[in-house]
This record gives sequence, C-alpha cells and structure tokens, in this order.
Amino acid sequence: MIETPAVLTPALIQEMDEAMQRYGYEPSKLLEILLDIQKAVPRKYIPKAAAYYVAEKMHLKITQVYDVISFFSALHETPRAKYPIQVCSSVVCKVNHNCFVLDTLKDVLNIGLNEVTYDGRFTLEEVPCFGACDKAPAIRIHDVVYGPLTTRQQIIQIVQRLAEE
Amino acid sequence: MANTVSFMTRNFGKYNPSSLDSYEQIGGFSALRKALSMTGEQIADCLAACAVKGRGGAGYDMGKKWRQAREVNQPRKVVICNADEGEPATFKDRTLMENDPFRLIEAMIIAGYSVGAQDGYLYLREEYSHLRPLFQNAIWQVREKGYLGENILGKTGFSYDVHLYSGAGAYVCGEGTALVESMEGKSGRPRMKPPFIKQCGLFHLPTCVNNVESLCLVPSILLDDKKEYLSYGTQNSVGTKMISVAGNVRNPGAFEIPFGVKVRDIIFDLAGGVKNNHEIQLIQFGGASGKIARPEDVLDIPYTYEDLTAAGVGVGSGAILVIDKRTSVLDFLLATQEFFFHESCGQCTPCREGNTQMKLLLEKVMAGMHTGEDLQNMKKIIMIMKNASLCGLGETAQNALSCAMDLFPECFAVKTEGN
Repeated sequence: MIETPAVLTPALIQEMDEAMQRYGYEPSKLLEILLDIQKAVPRKYIPKAAAYYVAEKMHLKITQVYDVISFFSALHETPRAKYPIQVCSSVVCKVNHNCFVLDTLKDVLNIGLNEVTYDGRFTLEEVPCFGACDKAPAIRIHDVVYGPLTTRQQIIQIVQRLAEE
Repeated sequence: MANTVSFMTRNFGKYNPSSLDSYEQIGGFSALRKALSMTGEQIADCLAACAVKGRGGAGYDMGKKWRQAREVNQPRKVVICNADEGEPATFKDRTLMENDPFRLIEAMIIAGYSVGAQDGYLYLREEYSHLRPLFQNAIWQVREKGYLGENILGKTGFSYDVHLYSGAGAYVCGEGTALVESMEGKSGRPRMKPPFIKQCGLFHLPTCVNNVESLCLVPSILLDDKKEYLSYGTQNSVGTKMISVAGNVRNPGAFEIPFGVKVRDIIFDLAGGVKNNHEIQLIQFGGASGKIARPEDVLDIPYTYEDLTAAGVGVGSGAILVIDKRTSVLDFLLATQEFFFHESCGQCTPCREGNTQMKLLLEKVMAGMHTGEDLQNMKKIIMIMKNASLCGLGETAQNALSCAMDLFPECFAVKTEGN
C-alpha cells in the first residue's frame, strides 16, 4: 500500500476526472469533489499533486483549493489509512468513558493517536461530536458509526472484521 | 399530559424512507398540494399563527422569516435547509432525516413556493454522510415524479429544484454566512454583516435558511385542520419540540415532546434516569454553546422557552446533556472549551485568542495554580468574546463557563497565596 504522492497514477487521474464530471466542474461543488477524491485515494487524503490537478482542471487558484483543504477537518493533507478510526472526543462521549475506547484501540492496534499501523490499514483520530450521542461512546469509520462501545470484545470484533476485508 | 407526542414524527416507522411510493401511500405530498392551493403569504401567515420559532437554536419567528424572504423583491432567490447539526449532544435533526427524509424534501418545496425561490439546497454535514445516499435517492425519485422541475403539479410559473451539498467537518458552518461561504466552494469563514443573507446570501442571491426541524414542522402544520398543534404547549411556547437527551442517562435518544413537560419527566421518564442512579452534577441545555444549571434549579420546571430562560438557561438546539457527579465541573468545562478551541475558525481575534487563552486559564484553574487576577481576566475575556466576536460561535462559546463561575464558585476558589 505504499504510494508515491508526487506521482499521479492513471487510476487516480481517472477517479479525479470522474469526480469533477459528476459535479459538472462546478466550483461550488469543490468540497464534494475533494471529499470524493479523498475517498478514492487508498490512504484517504488529498495528495499535493491531486490538489494541483483539481485546481488546473477547474480553473481555480491553488490557494483556493488549499484554503478549503486546510480549513475543513474532514479533508486531510497527509496520508492516513485505509480505515481511519475516528474516536469521538466530545464531552458526551467523554462522560461515557471514551478513554476506554481510545486506550483499547491503541492497545489492540499498537499505535498512538494519529499514528498509522505498519500496513497502512488503520489510523486513530480524535474528532469532535459526530452526532451519535445516543450511541456514546462511539467511533466512526468512513460512513459507519459503532456504539456504544463498552467492552474490549466489541472493539476487537470491529477491528478484526476490517482487518480481514 | 403525555410526555411525548407524534406530530412532526407521525411518519416514523410508517413508511419505507427509500420509497416515494410508500411515502405517498401514507399521504405524502398532500401538504404540498394544499400549499399550492394557497398563496405564499398565506403559508407564512399559517406559520405565524402557530408562533413557530426556528429550531436551529436562535428561535427566530419562522412566519416572519418567510414573509421577509417573500418580500425581497428579486427575481431569483434560494432556500437552504441547514442540516449542519453540530452542537454536541444534539441529534434530533439526524433522527428526523433518518426516519422521514421525504417530509424534509416536501417541506423544502413548500418553502420555495412560499418565499418565491427557484432552488433549494440541503446542506448536510459530513458527519451524516451515511444519509447522503438516502437523500440522493429521495431527491431523484421526487424529481422523476414531477414534484421538482417546471410548473410543479400544474402550478404555472412554479419551477423549483433541490440540490444536495455536503459540509466537511466544520462546526462554524452551521452559522448562516459561513454555511453559504462553504457552499460557494470556499473555506467556511463567516461573513461580515450587513449585508444579511436574506438580502445577499448564496451566490449573492436572497437566501432563506431554515433548520431541519423547522422545515419538518411545516407539512404537519399545513394539514392541521383540527388545530392539533395549537393544543400542545403553553401560551408562550406553542406546540411540540424535538429534543435530544444524552450524557449519563440510561436511554439517550431524541423525542418529540409537547412544550411544558417537566425537565424531571424528560430525564427520568423519557431518558430512563441517570445510569446507576448517580447524582446529577449539572445539566446543559442547547448543546456545547448552551448554558448550564444545577439540577435543583431546573428539574421541576416545565420545558418551555419562558421557563428555561427564567431559570437562566434556554432551549437552544433542543439538546439536554445530563452530567453526573463522577465528572467534575472543571473537567466538563475543559472538554467544552477544547471543543471551541478546535472549532473557532480563527478569523476574528476575540474568538481565536479568547478561546486559546480561556483554555490555558482553565487548565491553570484545574491545576489549582490560578490567581485572583486570572479569574478577573477570565471574566474580561468572556465579556469581550460575547460582545466583539464576529459570529455566534465566539459570542456563545463561554456560556457554560460563565454560568459555572456563578453556580459553582467553589470550583474557582483561589488556592495560591499572595493574591
């Protein structure tokens, strides 16, 4: 899963072209386009070359593209992982012992916060409330929310399922 | 009085949220048909008669908002549904969207008709990306069936379309002008006002922004021939409200309640009481930007705009966060402060620097290293942020801390000598 960010692969170029076509190269759809591109990149981030490619194709200034990428916390400039595990750090999850969830994940994956497992499969991130307070303490992996997570077994099962995919 | 009602939530579980046909089978789009037999003005009047206050948190008179939007004399206007529900402990809009997506689309069309707009935009927060396919499908089906497009349902001259937009994890984008900025493909920093977005908003067009819950009320109100809505609530808080209860409660969840239910009944009946019967430390109303109260001051009051305000808190986003005594007041405050520190967009100095300094000062208080001067500075920063911030984020960020300094002075007692 090692990739060279400076090189645009034909597959990524195709994904980017498709993403921009999907939204008609509409500048107001920049956020959606970038989110779709990020999803298509194996390590779930926007490589620098991709940001320049989008700017050129959409006739936008690179500063505008980076203004958006750096402002929004759902967009990332550095390589993450196939499965970024987002642990809710909001006060609601905090009072429901999200520290147990975070500590267990650190232990199971053998990584710290914002570190990536050796195979590029998992990373651990703390994010503000994603509106799953009825499932606190909760984690989110891509579009799926898991919770309430109160046992080590539950957490191991989630990780194992994704490790086998 | 029943603790919950099904007025805007009456369709929950009654139809398949992926199927327009099944929505129509339970009477879906009859509110739009009725709306099209009325004038836009009459629809706004209908909302005004029900005294509907916007449900995003600010509580602006919705009938008035629609009338003002209608009166703006410009050929092109837009409606935005603000589904950027970012206040921690708030998930009532998510519940409405998950269970009844077609109602929201129907309401957005009614809004467009009432205010005279051609386009409606649903701004869905990235955190709710799991709802995107549901809405993409719903909008597509509604368009295919002719509820969107040209001359909708034979109404000559009413052409309208709905577009789905995504946020990308910025709390500040719940603020109207920041939301509009982000929808224009820019970073979501709030604009200077005036001009207000009702005159010059998205793509420089007059823009009417409504919260999900506010919109979801509209179809039910339009079809409410028996004035059921007016039978709920109190004189100054008419109708029903979606609330979300979270924290150390047994059954956290979103509920539709008639205004006037006692806070105690909400927490102990609807939400099942506090886990392991711990004692309540504090209750926060309206999300992270909301005010806090001691349980003894609020448990026995009715949940209404006027009673909550009198008790020093407010309805806000409709969230009720219950914190038990295992969490200290200062731990709670620091977690809240870290949230605002993270979410401040950094554009204006009071909010950017204020949230940074308040975080540092709070850490000092937690370490017991603060002086009397630090406390005075905290009060000063609270005042500056409240009065000089560019948008609501900075203005309300210190609500909880400000309350806590009054309610729990013992937590802020100076321990260092010499001051």
